[in-house]
Amino acid sequence: MTRTRKPGVSRRATLAMMGAGAVTFATPWVARAQAKTIKFGMPTILSGRVAQLGTSSRNGVMLEVEKVNAAGGLAGRQIEMVIRDSKGQPQEAARVARELVNTDGCEILIDAEASSGAFAVHEVARDLGVLCLHTNSETSALTADPKQHIPNAFRTARQGVHDSIVGGSYAAAIAKAKGLKKWATCSPDYAYGRDTTGEYVTYLKRFAPDTEIISESWPKLFQPDYTEVVTKILQAKPQALYSCLWGGDLTSYIDQANIYALFSQMEVFAVNMADYTALTVVKNLPKGIHSGNRYIKTYPATPENAAWGDAYKAKYNEYPTNWSWENATAITLLAEASKKANSADGKKIAEALRGLKIKSPFGADGTVTMRAEDQTLVGYAIGWGTTIPQEPYVPQVQAGDWKTIFELEAEWKKSKGYT
Amino acid sequence: MDLDALTGCLASSACLVTQTTSGFIIGMLLFLVAVGLTLIFGVLKVVNFSHGAFYMFGAYFAMSAYQLTGSFALAMLCGAAGTALLGLIFERVFMSRVYGADVLMQLLVCYAFVLIFDDVVRMIWGPEFKSMGMPAAFQVAPLFIAGGVVPPYYLLLIGVALAAAVILGLGLARTRIGKVIRAAAHNPGMVSALGINTGVIYGGVFALGGMLAGLAGALAAPVRSLTPGMGFSILIESFIVTVIGGMGSILGALIGAILIGMIRSFGSLGFPLFTEGLMYLFMVIVLVSRPTGLFGKEVA
Repeated sequence: MTRTRKPGVSRRATLAMMGAGAVTFATPWVARAQAKTIKFGMPTILSGRVAQLGTSSRNGVMLEVEKVNAAGGLAGRQIEMVIRDSKGQPQEAARVARELVNTDGCEILIDAEASSGAFAVHEVARDLGVLCLHTNSETSALTADPKQHIPNAFRTARQGVHDSIVGGSYAAAIAKAKGLKKWATCSPDYAYGRDTTGEYVTYLKRFAPDTEIISESWPKLFQPDYTEVVTKILQAKPQALYSCLWGGDLTSYIDQANIYALFSQMEVFAVNMADYTALTVVKNLPKGIHSGNRYIKTYPATPENAAWGDAYKAKYNEYPTNWSWENATAITLLAEASKKANSADGKKIAEALRGLKIKSPFGADGTVTMRAEDQTLVGYAIGWGTTIPQEPYVPQVQAGDWKTIFELEAEWKKSKGYT
Repeated sequence: MDLDALTGCLASSACLVTQTTSGFIIGMLLFLVAVGLTLIFGVLKVVNFSHGAFYMFGAYFAMSAYQLTGSFALAMLCGAAGTALLGLIFERVFMSRVYGADVLMQLLVCYAFVLIFDDVVRMIWGPEFKSMGMPAAFQVAPLFIAGGVVPPYYLLLIGVALAAAVILGLGLARTRIGKVIRAAAHNPGMVSALGINTGVIYGGVFALGGMLAGLAGALAAPVRSLTPGMGFSILIESFIVTVIGGMGSILGALIGAILIGMIRSFGSLGFPLFTEGLMYLFMVIVLVSRPTGLFGKEVA
């Protein structure tokens, strides 16, 4: 009996075709998986009075993302930023953050919110377990309070207590020299304003024990009119004033206080003044305001910092802000942690981030460290000086000493029951 | 609560002068916005929820004019005239189509325009905050009256707002146009039957309301940072003023604004953590005791 070939495709040919198909289709699939982009979700404030800071956060991030992508990406995966406007509202920040992870498929969150929104995003990160880097919130409790601690959340921003230790000792020296005993405070009425002012006063009194706070004002965040606050301070007749108002709130306050000649009647310490966002917007900047460095390209006075500030200006036609460097640092840290872990996986990056020390133009000694114990950034350049109305705006900055910061911060944590 | 600070202030002429002036400054800006709101409601019977946008546009127009010309007077003029024109166009093209509609419908249309106007400002001037800066003529030392501190710019601001109040009050009470406007508010059908074009009156009143809010924005521009959405907070306070004074009452808007200004100014001394609450508490007290507001009329 002769075997006749059935019409159609033989088994061998079918297997061969399947094999060829597998090779043809599977290889690009593997290749596609390897080349798949990794999405970073970024809720930030892109509208309202502090939109300029939100935009500068985005710019800071994009500047570094471009460098990382040009160098091959995060463990071979190109970073794709998904940036959304939270309008500076905590509930919107939380909603946007959740949507970025659940709907947009973002694997890492860059939480570029002010403290008002950062705590809300922190809870989302706690709930979803996604790696989250808080880049703008300076409220100390966010990372210092063990109740807030989650293994997947880090902070690359300054911390209020660090600023307050340096600012308090700086102010106390001036207070002693000029006999400034009666102080007033005027800060925004939310977590950052309350915490930072409390910490500043603590250290001011520690270094200048005869300090007396004779007036406190707590205008609400984004308040348009400060007249009643300005006149209240004038009535109290303090010798010195501390404020941690920031962004558009600070510039409004300065404009309104200026016409009452408030700045000539007392010594003013405004921690957030020395940032280009305020320095360049205020038309009649009073000279001699004491401020912490926020972002100025002349401090730290290194070629790396100046180059970074100039590169930012060349790309965005304006100088960066404090929020720019904090966000840029988040990307640099993520890239270095990913290299160390040889992975783009959030958990592995988190492991690598703990205790990671990297070179940075913003470091006091050219480096910054993600401290393992509380997952917050330390070692960044921190100092105080007095303003002049034109560049370089703060010609001389007195550097803070990190050894002292660490010692006093440890005491502070103990006093708060955090350790 | 710091009642010692409040009583101490009331016993000090310097403090009284400073805080009273401060109350007038807050109140007069509120008045300029609230009076437009109340005027539009009184004549057109529309709760113009987009009114804060005219305050915002006034500030931006003034800033741009000041940057272009360096003239503070021109800046004020552009702020007021620009928003008057905008108000007229807005009323003729959009608002005139929702007269007589359900209040909810009117509110939704107005709210939609709040968002649209904010985006327009964002597109033209950018999302970041701006500062106009104080004109050189007012960069002078403040005046000291009975020991109290009074900035010259704020005297101008109070003066302009008071002048607007007087002109508006007299204009509505004594002039023929004022009488027609009042008649149109009371009985538009009769005014129309007499051959008067009510559309022109409505457009004119909306433009006038927009102009007053724009003037407030222009006056605020040198001392407040400008940002898209800046009209919203003053709109809420203006509503409070309008409700306290009585919807549709110009005198009510003036008295309500001054009272809110004084509550904020003196409240910040005696009740520093309850200044906002004090304002709302006052509104509740007024509405409970007099639901139509201080100068509002009962609707038959």
